[in-house]
Order: sequence, then C-alpha cells, then structure tokens
Amino acid sequence: MEILLAFVIGFLFMAATYLLLSKSLLRIIIGTGLLSHGAHLLILTMGGLGGEAPPVLTDGARDFADPLPQALILTAIVISFGVTAFFLVLAYRTYQDLGTDDLSLLKGSDELE
Amino acid sequence: MSLNNFLLLPIIIPFFFGMLLIFGQRKLVYQRSFALIGIGLALLSAISLLFKVKTDGIQLVTFGNWPVPFGITMVADMVSTLLVTTTLLIAFFVIWYGFGSINKERERFFYYPGVMFIVTGVNGAFTTGDIFNLFVFFEVLLMSSYLLIVLGGEKEQLKGSIKYILINVISSALFVITVAFLYSVVGTLNMADIASKIAAIHQPGIITVIAVLFLMVFGLKAAIFPLYFWLPTSYHAAPIPVLTLFGALLTKVGIYSIMRTYTLFFVHDLGFTHQLLMVLAIFTIIAGCIGALAYFDVKQIIIYNIVIAVGVILFGVAQMNETALKGAMFYLVHDMLIKAALFMLIGMIITITGTSDLRKMGGLLKKYPVLGWSYLIAAFGLAGIPPLSGFIGKLLIAKGGFEAGNMWSSVFILASSLLVLLSVIRIFVYAFWGQEQPTHTQQTMDKKTYRTLFIPTIFVVFISIVYGVGAEWITPFMDDAAKLLSDPSIYIDAVLKGE
Amino acid sequence: MKTNDVIIQFTAKIVFFIIFFFSIHIFMAGHYTPGGGFVGGLLTSSAIVLLVLAYDLNTVRTVLPINYIHLIATGLLLALGTAAFPMFIGKPFFTHFFDYFTLPLIGKTSLHTAMLFDAGVYLVVVGVTMTIIQRIGEDD
Repeated sequence: MEILLAFVIGFLFMAATYLLLSKSLLRIIIGTGLLSHGAHLLILTMGGLGGEAPPVLTDGARDFADPLPQALILTAIVISFGVTAFFLVLAYRTYQDLGTDDLSLLKGSDELE
Repeated sequence: MSLNNFLLLPIIIPFFFGMLLIFGQRKLVYQRSFALIGIGLALLSAISLLFKVKTDGIQLVTFGNWPVPFGITMVADMVSTLLVTTTLLIAFFVIWYGFGSINKERERFFYYPGVMFIVTGVNGAFTTGDIFNLFVFFEVLLMSSYLLIVLGGEKEQLKGSIKYILINVISSALFVITVAFLYSVVGTLNMADIASKIAAIHQPGIITVIAVLFLMVFGLKAAIFPLYFWLPTSYHAAPIPVLTLFGALLTKVGIYSIMRTYTLFFVHDLGFTHQLLMVLAIFTIIAGCIGALAYFDVKQIIIYNIVIAVGVILFGVAQMNETALKGAMFYLVHDMLIKAALFMLIGMIITITGTSDLRKMGGLLKKYPVLGWSYLIAAFGLAGIPPLSGFIGKLLIAKGGFEAGNMWSSVFILASSLLVLLSVIRIFVYAFWGQEQPTHTQQTMDKKTYRTLFIPTIFVVFISIVYGVGAEWITPFMDDAAKLLSDPSIYIDAVLKGE
Repeated sequence: MKTNDVIIQFTAKIVFFIIFFFSIHIFMAGHYTPGGGFVGGLLTSSAIVLLVLAYDLNTVRTVLPINYIHLIATGLLLALGTAAFPMFIGKPFFTHFFDYFTLPLIGKTSLHTAMLFDAGVYLVVVGVTMTIIQRIGEDD
C-alpha cells in the first residue's frame, strides 16, 4: 500500500511541477492545489498507514490508526482551501485589471529600470 | 498553572482586537483607537512577561490540559519573549505612523484587522513549541500579509503580490512535506521532544536531509541567498507602513525559525549543516550588498539591506557558540528596530519628494534638518558605528566567529559593514545634500501629516539609540537567551520535565 | 432572450432546505463520526450558492441579508471565546469540557464545549466561502 501511495504522491508532485512551470495563472493555481494534495497524502503515508481501529480509547488496543496525521491533514486542507480561494480571487482581479493571465507579461515592475 | 496562561496574552489580545475591528469598518476613529489600544495592551503584557521569564525562567502552557509531548505546547523563553516584545513595540509605532501614511480607502478596507492578525501570527510563531503549530501560525501571518500586500489593488501591487503568494504557497507545501518526513522519523511534533529524540538517535543522514529541507523552507521566508529573489519585487509594491511591518517582522520569523531549529534540533552534525548555513549566509551578504549598491531607488536600497542583515544574523547562528549566538540575538532585535526606523524615514522622504528615485531628490536638509540628522543616526546605527545599536551585535558575532576559527569570514562580516554604510549614506548624500530639486518644491507636506509621521519615527529611532547606548541593561536578557540557544538541554528539560 | 428557469428556481427552493438541514446533521454528527464544522459550513455555503445560481446575487442578498465578513468575525469570536473561557477559571487555554445531559425529545446526549468551537468554525467557513463567491460573482 505504501508503494502505491508513493507512486500516487510522486505523480501528483510531477503534475504539480508541470503545471507550476506553465505560463497561465489558472494552471499555476491548479498546480498549487495538486502540490498541497500531494503533501497531504505524504503526511498520511509518512505517519504510517497503521490499522483500521479508532485511536486509543482503552488500554491495550492494537492495530489502531494514528490520529495525529489525520489532524494535521485536516488543518493543512483547511489552510490550503483558504489560500487557494484567496489566490483565485486575486488572479481574477489581476485578470480584470491587467487584462492578462500570462505570467510572462506580469513579470518585472514598471518603476524599476 | 493558571498563571501560565499569561504567556498567551501577547497572542490573544491582538487576535481579539482584530476580530473586533472587522466590525465597524467605516468608523475611522474607532478603528484607529482600538488598534492602538489593542497593541498597547498586548505590549504591556509582553513586557511584564519578559520580566517574569527573567525572574522565573521558562514559562509554558499546554493546550487543553494534555500531558506535555502530546498537546500543543506554547513556550515563552527569553528568545521568544524578547522577539515578541520587539514585534509589538514596532507594530505600535507602525500603526501610529500609518495614520498619516495609509490612505483612507485602505484604512476602511480591513487594514487594521490585517495588522492585528499579522501580529498574532508573528507572536504565535515566536512562542509556539510545536513544529506543526509553527506552520499554522506561519499561515496566519501569511494570510494576513496576503491581505495587506494586495490592499488597495494598484496594478503594481497585484503583480508583486502574485509572486509573493505563489512563492509562499509553494514554501508552505514544502513545510508540510518536511514536517511529514520529520514525523515519520521521530514520531513526535513537540519541539523539545523532537530535539531529545534526535539526540537519542545521534542524527542519522536522513535527519540531516530534513535539516536542509527546513533550511529551504525557512530560507524562502527569511530570504537567504539563492531564495531571496522574490523579496525585492514583492515588497517594493507595498505601501510604506505595510512595507515597514513586512521588512521588520516577516523575514525575522524565518530567521527565528532557522535559529530555533538549528540550535535545538540539528546540533549533532555541525560540520555539514552549520557549515552550509555559514556559506549561504556569506553569499546572502554578498548578494544583498550588490543589490543595495546597485539601485538608485531608496526602497530597494533598504530592502536589500534586509537581505544583508539576514546574512549577518545567520552567520552568527552558524558559529554555534555562546558569544556568536548572543551577538545574533542582539543583532536580530537591533535589526527589527532599525529596519522599522529606516523604512519609516524613507517613507517620509518619499512622501516629501514624491519620488523614490534618488537621482530626482536633493537639498532636503535645508527644509527638514531634524529629519536629515535622525536619518543619519539611523544609518550609522544600521552600519554599527560604536555607541549605536548595530555595533555590539556585530562585534559579538565577529568575536564568536574568531572563537570558532572562522577568521576570514568574520573579517568579511566586519568589512561588509562598510558597504552597508556606503549604501545608506548614499541616500543621505543624494536626498539631503545638493541642490533642491524643482519637482518637490511645490508639494510641501502639511504640518499635521508631517507630525503624525515624524513623532512615531523619532520614537523608534530613539528606542534604537537607547538599545545601543543602554546595551548594559539589555545584556542580562541577552545572556539568558544566548545560554538557552547554545545549550539545547535547558529548553528540552524545561519543556519535558516542567522545571 | 429571457430564459425559463421556473423549474430550477422551484427545485432550488426545496433542495436548499434539504442541503441546509443535512449540513446541520453533519455538523452535529461531527464529534464521534465523520463530519464537523468545516464540512457543515461548506455544505451550507453550497446550498446558498445553489440559490445564487437559480436566482441571482441581489435576490439572494435581499432574502439573506447577512454581512458575511461580520459572520467571519462572529465565528472567530465564538471560537476564541470557547478556547479562552477556561483561562478565566484557571485551566489551560483550549481545555475541553463535556458532560451528559437528558434533554427533552432527544434523550440522553453529550454536550461539549468543542461543539461551540465547531460552531465558530462553521460560521467562519460559511463567511469565507460566501465572501469569495460574492467578490467574484458581483462583477458580471
């Protein structure tokens, strides 16, 4: 199972890198989304997939799932949700004001020569 | 136990006031006064916390009454408390300064809640004793910095902020990945616990890899050598008070995190990790010096000086002996104060002249002598001319470098001060001397705005002078901080055994 | 051309309530089973988005005159209040209290302060999502 997940994570990172390197802002945002998905899956895998039983409620439980990675993932998901939403609004505003979503046209700043 | 909640006040009070300020966004008087009251209260609690930590040692509280390695621990030690106090001090004066500098549109559009939340995030990041919680506080401060950097929505700002957000989203993902790796090796998130586990397994190679990953994550935030490229363009777009907050606080959180992880976790393979840190620090200084000397734009000059300071502090951290760490702490607090002062001063210069290009300025000394001389004092302070604040920090860093046997690089650090001095004196020469330029003779600032900008600025300059001249009184605090940083077992014992 | 959207408007009115109550159910279920404030909040905002799609922003704004940014602040205050309350009785920040109560109609239930915190999260999520959707949507 870990091997499979490792491949999935690798694939997500690969796709994310590809998208991040493109010029279109929308693709980049999708790329950051995939990147954070990969990171979340990585936490789950690195925390050890463990068993299926709920976390320790009584002494002597075996084969239980580690609750900590799940808590971390939940937090990270909420944060990446907020950031992605903000980023989308910003990209939309930029598109409206500057009339482009092409990053190569957004580079540099006018004041600096 | 109950009293220990006290250490949370510098974090909770700004947060609470930030929420209150979301209501009534149109009432400027309410917004301004409550913002100042909130930061003022938090500042008072931070100062009393500072003295409490000095007398009673490390304070800690674990959320939700969990036993220590399992719950989220907040730790107020000398290092974090000093930084928290400085943060609040700067935030107070920046808010005051903003009354005359931020335009009303921005003030009505959640500028003050943004500042409050950024202070919450910064203070939380300094105080937390849990590596994942550090990530959460990073995100709190980043989210509010996103708000502040786009606030106003000028074209220039939109361009700059896209890069800023993109870089930070990627570095946040890297942070999560690094924490995942660390968790898989040591199986804990409590910083003290991580440190003791790493010590128990003698830092195998995988931990060193994680150390380098952490250096990348925090280095992106702190703007160290290969990763500082985003800083000048993104910061350049922000309005002056926001720029002051960012320049004085945000990169320092990155530095603090490197300092914390590299003095607490990764102390068993100094030959690799700290050597790498030292080399990067030196390159950071070189890159910063080139930038600071190359530009004729006052904002860019000071922004590149942030990069130089990052290098100097990290050089101190890389020496990993008590003298250099004490110097690094001295220099860190000094740099927060002096950068705030300098940004406020050049903000005034830009408002007076209406341009940030040095070549279009000149002759300000005739009309604004006090401004000119206080700029000169701040510039000397930045370069570290003896009685002023930069001196003692840099001296101790260099002394620590000699102790650690890094002769040439320490000499280089001292020599870089000359370049720093040159870069900031250029502003003085171009802006204050010479002929008065026709561009800014017609637009003289009205007296009232001038005073709202000048009074907080002169306060910050004055505090930085006191910090330098009165180093005698500050040394006991710095001694405690340096002892704590150079000997990880003090922190570990205090958290795990609750001493 | 005027589109005929009677069916979607009528359906949306009913489905809105179904989704809304389901979100409340998910929210209440959150303590021991999957669910909670975040998911509940997202569901509620999706219900409101459905209304926005069927009608338009202005109509929905007159029906639900909520300032979503104030909703965020209220949610944060509720969450912080719940977390900070133990400080005043000498317990660490975030200490959790729970007990079992016998309520009319529902019977024996466990009530806990984590739910208040979650209610804060719920409000924040609804507020954030709707703020963003309004921001993007109002330019058409």
